[in-house]
Amino acid sequence: MCGIAGLIHRDGATSVGKEITAMLKSLKHRGPDSTGFAVYGTSTANEYVMRLKLAEQEDMGKDHRIHEKIRRRQAEVDNRLAELDAETIEVTEATPYAFRYRLRYAGDTRRLTTEIEQIEGAEVLSFGSALELIKDLGDATTVSEQYGLGSFRGTHGIGHTRMATESDVDIRSAHPYWAYPYNDIAVVHNGQITNYWIMRREMERLGHRFMSNCDSELLAVYTANNLERGATLGDSLKSSIKDIDGVFTYVVATENELGMAKDTMAAKPMVLFESDKLVALASEEVAIRAIVPREIDTFDPYDEEVRVWRR
Amino acid sequence: MAEIARGELTEQERLSHEMGLHTEKLGGRSQQIFFDIDLDEAAHGFSLPNAYDVDSNKRAEIDASKMPSNTVNLRIRELMQDGYGTIVIKNPGAKHSIAVGILNRLNLIIDGSLGYFGCGLIDGPNVRIAGRVGWSCAENMMSGTIFIEKNAGSQFGAAIRGGDLVCKGNVGSRTGIDMKGGTILVGGDTGAFTGFMMQRGRMVICGNAGKNLGDSMYDGTIYIGGEPASLGVDAVWAEVTDLDRLWLERKLRQYDLLPKSGIGRFRKIVAGRQLWNYDNLEPTEKKMVL
Repeated sequence: MCGIAGLIHRDGATSVGKEITAMLKSLKHRGPDSTGFAVYGTSTANEYVMRLKLAEQEDMGKDHRIHEKIRRRQAEVDNRLAELDAETIEVTEATPYAFRYRLRYAGDTRRLTTEIEQIEGAEVLSFGSALELIKDLGDATTVSEQYGLGSFRGTHGIGHTRMATESDVDIRSAHPYWAYPYNDIAVVHNGQITNYWIMRREMERLGHRFMSNCDSELLAVYTANNLERGATLGDSLKSSIKDIDGVFTYVVATENELGMAKDTMAAKPMVLFESDKLVALASEEVAIRAIVPREIDTFDPYDEEVRVWRR
Repeated sequence: MAEIARGELTEQERLSHEMGLHTEKLGGRSQQIFFDIDLDEAAHGFSLPNAYDVDSNKRAEIDASKMPSNTVNLRIRELMQDGYGTIVIKNPGAKHSIAVGILNRLNLIIDGSLGYFGCGLIDGPNVRIAGRVGWSCAENMMSGTIFIEKNAGSQFGAAIRGGDLVCKGNVGSRTGIDMKGGTILVGGDTGAFTGFMMQRGRMVICGNAGKNLGDSMYDGTIYIGGEPASLGVDAVWAEVTDLDRLWLERKLRQYDLLPKSGIGRFRKIVAGRQLWNYDNLEPTEKKMVL
C-alpha cells in the first residue's frame, strides 16, 4: 500500500522536519516497514551535505566485527575525501552505521560520490546542497527521533512510509530514492511498476546504476536521466506517464521544486491542498490535517495529472 | 439473486424501460420503487425490524476530535438507541470509516470532512457533509441520502444499490463503479472510468467527465451536462426523452444543482449491450454451438 506525502512552503523556511514527520505519523497504517524523509533547507555555494551508510541495520546484530568494519570504512571515506580536496566541515553520526558529512567542495560531485560508493559496504543515500535524506527501518516517530529531524528547518520535503510488496524490508529498499549522481533530487512512490526490468535495462544501457531491486528506484533514475538531458521537472513527469507502465502516484522534489504525477488509471490515491503559502499533498487527507488542523478545501488530482510547484 | 418478473409490463416499468433503466425487477426495499420520488416514507420500507425508534427533534452532538473512528460509530449507535434522531459530528478531521453501517432513519450532520469509506453500507439515514469525502464514500449504500458540500475522492458511490448520493463539487475516478441502483449526482466534474461496469441506476454529471465514461456498463443511465474525454467500451449515446428531462429537472432542483441554463445541454449515455453475454457456455462450447 505505502503512504506518500509532500509539502512546500512558498513564504520561507519553517519547521519542515517536524511537519513531514507529523504527516507520516498519520499515515503509519499504510506501511510499517520503513520510513524515509527528504527535506530541503537553504544552500550555500560549494557546500554540500552527504548522507551515507556504511552497513545495513541488520548487520549490526549479526556481524560481531561490524563496528571495526565501519571504523575502517569511515577512515577510507575520510581518505578519499582528502584525496579529492573535499574539506570536511562537520561529521555527525546519525546512527552507528549512518553518517552525515558537511563538505566544502569545488570539484566534480559525480566523481566524489562515485569514489565513495566504491568503498566496500558504503552507500551514498543522498548528496546535495539543500537536500537532507534520511531513511531507516521503523515508523515515522522512531526514524525522525533517531536522526533528529524535528529540529530541521527548510522550505519543502517529501516522505514515505513503506509496506514492502516488491522487494525486501531493508534500508536499501526504503524510500525516498536519491537520483544518483544528481544533486538534490529525491522521489517517493506509491504503486507498482510493471515494465521495471525493461526500463531498468534501458537506463543501465545509458550508464545509470541501481542500488536496489525496488521498482521505485527506477522513477528516481528516470527523473535524473531526463533532467540531465535538459528536460524540466514538468516535462519529465509528463513523459513518465507514457513511458512507465503500471499503477503509480509519485512525488519528486528538487532543490527549488516539488512535483507529482499520477498514472493513466488513477489507481493510487493522492489528495491535494493548495494555498498561497503552502501546498501539501498526501495519500490520505488525514496527513494534511496533521499540519493544517482546520477545515480546508482539498481535491484529488485526476488520471495523467502532473503538477509542479516552486518554493 | 434477482427475482425476475416476466409478466406484462406495468406503466411504471414501461417508463423505466423507456429511460434505459432496469430490465428486470429486483427484490429489496428501495429498488422496486426508486423511480417514483413522490412515494411516501412508508412505501420506501424504512421500518427495518431491528431499527431504533428515533425522534428527529432529539438532537445530540459528538466531538470526534479525540475519538478513533470505531468509538464515533459506537457513539452514533448509542445515541440512536436512546432515541436521538438528529446527530451532529463535530471535528471529524478526515478520519476513515466514519458513519458506516447505519441501518436506521437518522439525520446525520457531519460538520467537516471524512476520510476513506465514509458512510459505507448505510441504509436509511439522511447525511449532510459540510466538507469533503475521501475514497469510496457511500460504498454499498442501500437507501437514504448523502449530500456533500465540497469535493469527493475516487470510487464515489461504488456498488450503491439505492438512495441519492450527491456531491456539489468535483469527484475522483471510477465514480459509481459497479453501481446497482440508486442515483449519483455530481455538481462538478468527474474522473476517468466513471460508471465502469455500472449495472443499474442513474448518474448525473453536471460538468465534464474523464476518459472511458460508462466503460463496460451493463445497464443504467448516465446523463452528462459537459463533455466526456471519451466514451468507454459499449457505452453509447441515446436520445433524451421528455421523461428524462422531467426527471432530470426535478432531481437537480431537489438538490439545488439545476444549472441556470436549464437542462437543455444534458445528454444521455446507456449500454450498447454488445457485451451482454448471459449464457453459461464455455468459449469452446460456444464455438461448437456457433
